[in-house]
Amino acid sequence: MGEQFPVLVLLIPFFTALVICVVGLWKPHWCQPAAVVSLGASLAVALGALCQVVKKGVVSYALGGWPPPIGIEYRIDALNGLVLVVIATVALITAIYSRQRVVAETPGRVSQFYTLYLLLVTGLLGMTVTGDAFNLYVLLEVVSLSTYALIAMGSRRAVLACFNYIIMGTIGASLYLLGVGYLYIKTGSLNMVDIQQLLVSEGLYSSRSILIAFILIMLGVWIKMAFFPLHGWLPNAYAFAPSTTSCLIAPLMTKVTVYVMIRMMLTVFGPAYVFDYLQWSEIVVWLAVLAIVAGSIMALAQADLPKMLSYLVIAEVGYMVGGVWLANEAGLVGAFYHIISDAFMTLCLFLAAGAIIARTGEHRISSIFQGLPRRMPLTFFAFLVGAFSMIGVPPTCGFFSKWYLIRAGIEAGHWAYVTALLFSSLVNAILFFRIIETAFFGSRPDREHNEHTESQREESPLSILIPLLGAALAVILVGLYNWNLVSWITDAVRLYYMAPMPG
Amino acid sequence: MEIKSCIPLLAFLVSLVAVVPIVLSSHRPNVRESWTILAGLIKFGLVLSMLPAVLAGNTFEFTLWKILPQLSIQFRVDAMGMLFALVASLLWIATSVYSIGYMRGLKEHAQTRFYAYFAVALSATIGVAFAANLLTLYLFYEMLSLSTYPLVAHHQDGTARTGGRTYLTYLLGTSVSFALPAMVYVFWKSGGNMDFTAGGFLAEKVSSTEATVLLLLLIFGFSKAALMPFHSWLPAAMVAPTPVSALLHAVAVVKVGVFCVLRVFSGVFGISFLKELGVGDVIVWVAVFTILTGSLIALSQDNLKRRLAFSTISQLAYIVLGAALLSSNGLMGSMLHIGMHAFGKITLFFCAGAILVATGKKAVSEMSGIGRRMPFTMSAFLLGALSIIGLPPMGGAWSKWYLFLGAWEAERFIIVIILIISSLLNIAYLLPIVVRAFFVPPPEGESGGGIQEAPPACVGALVFTALGCFALFLFPDIFVDLAKLIGGNL
Repeated sequence: MGEQFPVLVLLIPFFTALVICVVGLWKPHWCQPAAVVSLGASLAVALGALCQVVKKGVVSYALGGWPPPIGIEYRIDALNGLVLVVIATVALITAIYSRQRVVAETPGRVSQFYTLYLLLVTGLLGMTVTGDAFNLYVLLEVVSLSTYALIAMGSRRAVLACFNYIIMGTIGASLYLLGVGYLYIKTGSLNMVDIQQLLVSEGLYSSRSILIAFILIMLGVWIKMAFFPLHGWLPNAYAFAPSTTSCLIAPLMTKVTVYVMIRMMLTVFGPAYVFDYLQWSEIVVWLAVLAIVAGSIMALAQADLPKMLSYLVIAEVGYMVGGVWLANEAGLVGAFYHIISDAFMTLCLFLAAGAIIARTGEHRISSIFQGLPRRMPLTFFAFLVGAFSMIGVPPTCGFFSKWYLIRAGIEAGHWAYVTALLFSSLVNAILFFRIIETAFFGSRPDREHNEHTESQREESPLSILIPLLGAALAVILVGLYNWNLVSWITDAVRLYYMAPMPG
Repeated sequence: MEIKSCIPLLAFLVSLVAVVPIVLSSHRPNVRESWTILAGLIKFGLVLSMLPAVLAGNTFEFTLWKILPQLSIQFRVDAMGMLFALVASLLWIATSVYSIGYMRGLKEHAQTRFYAYFAVALSATIGVAFAANLLTLYLFYEMLSLSTYPLVAHHQDGTARTGGRTYLTYLLGTSVSFALPAMVYVFWKSGGNMDFTAGGFLAEKVSSTEATVLLLLLIFGFSKAALMPFHSWLPAAMVAPTPVSALLHAVAVVKVGVFCVLRVFSGVFGISFLKELGVGDVIVWVAVFTILTGSLIALSQDNLKRRLAFSTISQLAYIVLGAALLSSNGLMGSMLHIGMHAFGKITLFFCAGAILVATGKKAVSEMSGIGRRMPFTMSAFLLGALSIIGLPPMGGAWSKWYLFLGAWEAERFIIVIILIISSLLNIAYLLPIVVRAFFVPPPEGESGGGIQEAPPACVGALVFTALGCFALFLFPDIFVDLAKLIGGNL
């Protein structure tokens, strides 16, 4: 049974999606429980797979019985096993949260929503687990197409935002496909591990086609992860989507794409090619610095809560890309830890924002938080946990991602990156204290003693509150157990990275 | 000897746990305040129970959470932490009693929130005092910044908003942009171990340029010490209710700042390494500048609380100065001054608050003749002022004495002169208030009416701390012994 895990983990949500698609038309209220159950099962399988990895090392599954490199290989190692667990957990938490929101936001399309939701999760899990460069493209498209539809279900403005996203996303996917095409022409293989071996054994490092392939693939994934300045599609798409959709894609889409980038750099091209042969690290880290600074400043300019959070996602992408491209082990480990921690803190913030918007019907920062600590104390508390994590207050996980990333930056001697991280912390502090201030004072400071006592207790329903507090708890736990995660990641990364930096 | 014990944890937790009953009894003010005072007494008792062992040269240790292989969130109670914890926890009790009179006297709103956050802030203070390594110190330092924000912005009006903003901008801004990267750098260079040790752990591990930059980053990063140019948050924080200004901005928060600086000096770098580096000088001059400028600005302030705030800025710089002299007498003077200044300044703030409650006056220029209506308050003010100036028979004389000795020992006669000038400036900005209160006749229409003191809870508390200043002159033994232990450990 153990060797089936790599494929089971995504087949469960996939088949549930197919069933819901039909059955949900008659029994829409079955959809959410079915989604929750299937994602729970998927999470269990992901955890099982992780145990397998601990016991036996890499778990490989040949799809359809065709052995790699000819057939498609699904493989789970210590790194993507972790990503799988994160995806399944986030998807599960969001699915629980969605109970009332989906009915309220997309009435009459519940079964379609959950079908797409599960397909999206299937795609994300698949992107993480596949060991085949072309299969990754297919799954990327599965993810993209279901995301387009999920976003377009949102408010009226979502349609245009979604159209923008479709164009950008398609360009990104095409670039990626083109890159894979070049690789296939030169190596004749689509299996990731196989490609790398061929690159080395046939001495293809100096080939121009490989260089083009690398550039195309990187541009493709950068568009998909909204790496500045290729981020234009993201803020509107995330802000106008239904709240459940943004709670799912904001924590996962960019993070999984960053993982794909790491995968491409390490497994397909290999650190020797990317860092030692090309020597582009410096430039890309500077781009990351720009992304962090620009994302933070643009977040500062937003008056709308979901939009502000979306720009923060862009800044966080800069953190991770920069960390990976610092070209040392510490940076890679920090970036990977940030994938996990950022997934949970983004989840926590988006869930809280969704809950607050659902209750108040407002989305402007200046008015939404007025009197909120009294009105929805627990929701506000969870929001604070997420906010403190973004600022980097110990012992939340955000503090430790900064800790590792700053350390890597210092080690690499890249002071601009370190400064950018600190700058973004400060901007986040301003952003969130602006919010805390409105929560504390109300929006009209000139009036003595605001009348916030008048507002009633209107806490979110339990179906929202429980996943929300779960996410907040995860933010703290990922912080407290940071060392367990980091030592796990370090061990795994060392396998790829045979030359750890001194120190 | 190291004693593994959970007493430090309990001393930390007791005020944090007290938040629950405080919030639950929000509709019965008397019960609520009893909880605060009970927590204060337990906390002080727990701290006191560790005193004999600490005086005998032992330390108490408790590991709360292993966060990295060599780095834990850990408490260690040594002489330095003990002295600070003793002062903070004793004065919390006095402040709690005072708050009852003050908050009820002024019919302040949101009193439950006030007492709850006060308790959290005290936990954070004890956390800093007992922190065994740099990370733990940073953790509780940030906890203190965040938990005092609702206290500073208590009035929830326009000025409170501005004050709160300045407060957080300075405190979070400096700690995130200076202290955090410096800490990560130290962590990287020291190989992961950041425990405070008597001789410092950084010597031999960093070059002298690195060490200088790190030292400056850490000292300005812990800007609760209010060294210029990062001092403006303290006057801004005076928008808070007076008990907050009294305990937090004369004792807990600001002393946490200088305490961090002293820890960095003695625990991270080590005095001998600093001597080798020769960066003491820079810090000495920053401190001297702060002392003189703070005093001069204090002279020009008419708002009593703001005058006291600038006085605090200048007095804090004494503490930094004493440490930067890099002599054991200087460090002893610093440690003593943490305690002595705390008693003196809290008395002055209590008096300022009592005047506000009884008469509604905030400006020094309005206080003519006030001594006749409030003889207890203004006598206490006199005692507190004498202690701040450093005149016998007040506790402040001892710390000044050791600071002089330290400067003498370091053969820096110019510092001795500066200390004398500064004492004169202290006289110039504190004593005229007393003179005006007792000898200038009150304006027309305000005379008569006999004694109109603040509520008894206020007067009791301020008389207690004023007598404390006097008692510390007669019996400074505990503090001196602790300070000697610290000096001896170097």
